[in-house]
Amino acid sequence: MKRFGMIGRRLSQAIPSIIGIIIVTFLLTRALPGDPAVYFAGPAADEQSIAEVRAALGLDRSLPEQFWLYLGDLTRGDLGVSISTGRPVIEELATRLPASLELTLVALIFAIGTALPLGVLAATRPNTWVDHLCRVVVTAGVSLPVFFTGLFLVYIFYYIVDLAPSPLGRLDIYFIAPDHVTGFYLIDSLIAGDLETFTASLAQIILPAITMGLFVLAPLARMTRASMLQALGSDYIRTAQASGLARSKVLFAYAFRNALLPILTTLGMVFSFMLGANVLVEKVFAWPGIGSYAVNALIVSDFAAVQGFVLSMAILFVLINLAIDVLYTVVDPRIGIEG
Amino acid sequence: MKRREFLKTSGLVAGVGMVPMFRYLPASAAGRDDTVVVVLPNGPNSMDIHRSGTNRPSYAIAVNVYDRLVSFGTKVLENGTSMYNYQDIVPELAESWELAPDGMSMTFSLRKDATFHDGSPVTAEDVKWSFDRAVSVGGFPTVQMKAGSLEKPEQFSVVDPHTFKIDFIRKSKLTLPDVGVPVPIIINSRAALKQATEKDPWALEYMHRNPLGGGAFMVDRWDPGVQIVYQRFDDWKSGPMPGVERVIVREVPSASTRRALIEKGDADISLDLPARDFRELADGGKVVVQGAPIENSMYALGLNMNFEPFKNKLVRQAVAYSIPYKEIFEAAAYGRGVPMYGGKSMKPATIDWPQPYPYDTDYARAKELLAEAGYKDGFEVPISFNLGFADWSEPAALLVQEGLGKIGVKSTLDKVPGANWRTKALVEKSLPMHMKNFGGWLNFPDYYFFWVYQHGHLFNSMNYRNEEVEALVAATLNLPIEDPAYEPNVKRMLEIAFDEVPLIPFYQPFLDVATQKNVKGYEYWFHRQLDVRNLSKGSV
Amino acid sequence: MAVLDPVGTEKESALAAWWRHFRYVVSENPVTLLAFCLFGTFIVLALFGPWIVPFDPLASDTANALQAPSWKHWFGTDNLGRDVFSRVVVATRLDFMIAFSAVALSFVIGSMLGCLSGYYGGWTDRIVGRSIDTIMAFPLFVLAMGIVAALGNTVENIVYATAIINLPFYTRVARAEVNIRRHAGFVDAAKLAGNADARLLAFHVYPNILPPMMVQVSLNLGWAILNAAGLSFIGLGVRPPSPEWGIMVAEGATFIVSGHWWLALFPGGALMLAVFCFNLLGDGLRDLIDPQRRT
Repeated sequence: MKRFGMIGRRLSQAIPSIIGIIIVTFLLTRALPGDPAVYFAGPAADEQSIAEVRAALGLDRSLPEQFWLYLGDLTRGDLGVSISTGRPVIEELATRLPASLELTLVALIFAIGTALPLGVLAATRPNTWVDHLCRVVVTAGVSLPVFFTGLFLVYIFYYIVDLAPSPLGRLDIYFIAPDHVTGFYLIDSLIAGDLETFTASLAQIILPAITMGLFVLAPLARMTRASMLQALGSDYIRTAQASGLARSKVLFAYAFRNALLPILTTLGMVFSFMLGANVLVEKVFAWPGIGSYAVNALIVSDFAAVQGFVLSMAILFVLINLAIDVLYTVVDPRIGIEG
Repeated sequence: MKRREFLKTSGLVAGVGMVPMFRYLPASAAGRDDTVVVVLPNGPNSMDIHRSGTNRPSYAIAVNVYDRLVSFGTKVLENGTSMYNYQDIVPELAESWELAPDGMSMTFSLRKDATFHDGSPVTAEDVKWSFDRAVSVGGFPTVQMKAGSLEKPEQFSVVDPHTFKIDFIRKSKLTLPDVGVPVPIIINSRAALKQATEKDPWALEYMHRNPLGGGAFMVDRWDPGVQIVYQRFDDWKSGPMPGVERVIVREVPSASTRRALIEKGDADISLDLPARDFRELADGGKVVVQGAPIENSMYALGLNMNFEPFKNKLVRQAVAYSIPYKEIFEAAAYGRGVPMYGGKSMKPATIDWPQPYPYDTDYARAKELLAEAGYKDGFEVPISFNLGFADWSEPAALLVQEGLGKIGVKSTLDKVPGANWRTKALVEKSLPMHMKNFGGWLNFPDYYFFWVYQHGHLFNSMNYRNEEVEALVAATLNLPIEDPAYEPNVKRMLEIAFDEVPLIPFYQPFLDVATQKNVKGYEYWFHRQLDVRNLSKGSV
Repeated sequence: MAVLDPVGTEKESALAAWWRHFRYVVSENPVTLLAFCLFGTFIVLALFGPWIVPFDPLASDTANALQAPSWKHWFGTDNLGRDVFSRVVVATRLDFMIAFSAVALSFVIGSMLGCLSGYYGGWTDRIVGRSIDTIMAFPLFVLAMGIVAALGNTVENIVYATAIINLPFYTRVARAEVNIRRHAGFVDAAKLAGNADARLLAFHVYPNILPPMMVQVSLNLGWAILNAAGLSFIGLGVRPPSPEWGIMVAEGATFIVSGHWWLALFPGGALMLAVFCFNLLGDGLRDLIDPQRRT
């Protein structure tokens, strides 16, 4: 019960932020250069047709009026229609969000799978060459721009070595997307029992996931190392070791679990960061995700799309933080009591 | 077997009985004889060319999925590239047409066996409804129809179910070609009217996502932002049966990736690569690069007459002499174009269009002119260009900046994002010095001057006004080219343009595409979209 | 190599003690020494770059475009014939300037805001907290994109955008640290002695919270440069022809597939070295200032 109370409290705390986000996004999109009316009216349109379009889009009204209309639309779940693709924004988000989420999650799994072992390794051998090597390796990953790594990986693994499939997006040309259950091709294809589509989706997602994962190795590995070091240096570990418990048990059953908290925090930060960094990776790999959509929308001053994108990201952020908080209570029972 | 059942049950792909091949089997997707895989940077955002906000790639739908009354024939250039033949108007939906003796109307006889994709016959009623729609919806389609003097629904009438008549408001050489451009598509009006409402009499909402045409291809599936798949309409009567059964057009935003795909053979056709890639691919010999100069189009520098120094003709000429043309041609066009500099004389010898303007790089001359105009110490000016065309605009702008620097004019580069460009450059016309890339659909020099040199018109971003040009364009636009006044009028227009030079051309760009060696039938069209109806795959 | 002089044999000056500590830290961690040397080299290049390069970084020479690295052009030439080596060296200045300005701005403003909200609490705390949450709820890169797209892509705007998205961290840390020390003994003592609040904050509290933030500063420096590079990739970066690593990598990236790898590799390598250097520097600074917080 305490936990539900905590969840409710966190949600209510998040509401002012969300209101702030709605306002800021609205102002930001209105501040964007470019006139959607001109864009909508099309090439070779004259002043009159542009004015007509502007009135039709409601852009000739005052700012507060427009904001009021926007709020009204929001409550009805109408996020507007995207100029660049001609579809309702909410439809775009529904199809593109799973694509980005899938990529982010796979990248996260890769990052966790690499960074955590490296961090633990470095923590158990502090200040040796192993430690320094780990540090150099993960720092190298975070020092290159994400799009550069992506392009280079494409060049080497697709163009030269011919190991990776063509960077055409989520699925190769001849595969049909599996029936929509979660929107995650990997999961949906398994649910449908379609192993070939599963393998194909997996092949397409590997390179972009590695590109993104490389970038967040460093914070995860460092945090793991730091908190493991702290845990390993604490009294209860020394007691456990003195009592004669096996090293691996000490490490994983006791030290690691206690070290998890700060790692979880970093995980939350990293996840939100990746959702934003999607933008660059998706451009390189033609991934039909929310990042590439946002970039295009920004360039063509597609108000509705940008607003919808930012709003959904913000809500996602709130939910992720909430999930992290809940995970906290699972990992460390003391925390739930404080609420 | 499992896959076939999966396809049947999911019902996603109707009528395609073939089992898709995966990458690991020897016959790769792009290698199949009945399918062509195309990659391009941006796809359509609507199925309806008449809808406001429709982007350029959507015009491909109008071309491939809908018929028009007429089309254009083919001719072959010296370099082997096929292109549409502007002078040869051929039947599409209309089998034949007749100009009335008084020259003020034209009657089209429609094919009797043509049907729409849903099987219903095409009649003159459909043609009238479609033409009415085109001139009534406003925006770009209506403006384009106006260019051919097609302005009011009263001009269009149904003589009988297979005969359609257009009455002219004025005689114009542009009317018949305008009937062949992508805009006047023939829509299945009965199906459309079922979807029309009081607020939406033209069924714009429905047709935005659902094409109602009778063209050579149907839309098998459209995943906005990802791909569009065309499926051949086997009952198409308005032309020779297309050589491929399916065309998959995939969106791949990164140019490097598109190049890698065509080089590796995973794509059959690659559109819109940077000029440098096309040149390297052409030299490489693994793929075929076909390029045609884009008609009625030039990449140029526009000088705004509202900017103080540019009000003086000598200053503009000085700028024209300070441009490093050859370097721009190398670094921006990579040779994929026709140079538009170094003309022999200030008086044009022919009315070939586009033709080189009589300027070349001459810093000494430029400095002289600048001093004569009273700007010995130079001035400062920003050079603006559209972010979306940075491929060629940026190197060109950088070189122009250097050239200007040599005559004492300081400049900064101003990259303008796409959405803002149209407003600043074309609507407000507020950019002092900017890159221009207008290309007209109807291939006449007077058509270019109408859009670009006439005061107040959209593409006259230079705020240029010359009374003689105004009079000449008005007089010439609707003259047939055989008229004795046509040639001298155009020559005079060119002469003024050469002398006044508010617009300084660099080169006429090529429209290049890269194809695998076994892909045949590519043709360059003025609308610059891919017409897939002629494509076929032969042996290499 | 850790040779320690026995403590207390003579009265050392503070500087000597600090130097001994420095040598100890560096010897424990040779990578840190490397980072310091690298940093020094970069500073030299940033200060003296334009005078020591062989070619004019802005001078084009299209006849010699896209030449592979050679004795004449160590890093080759780009698509306009400009010498890549000269451009990479001269870019150091612009990139460091962007990084330092952005981080300085967010550091100063962020820590001030955090101080105020941590010290006074109440409405100040609530307003600042909510604003920070709002900023943090935006995908950071998209926020930077939005700001630059709205305001225009000048160097100033890129600096502002980067500063804004880095603000939250400093605010939060400052707030947390000030909160902890708000009722510490020395603060109460200073208040009793009659210090005004502002003076208290500025001279007593602030210096104590500096250490943890200083370390993050070096990490943020690297992030600021990568941010500018990302903006360049989507076309919202620094204006050409200014040499800047990010924009050189972004433009050079399109030349990789055609086999002209040097346009992107060298600026990319310089960028990587700089960010690398900042990150390792952060570790070293942390060891130097407050060894207990080592990660």
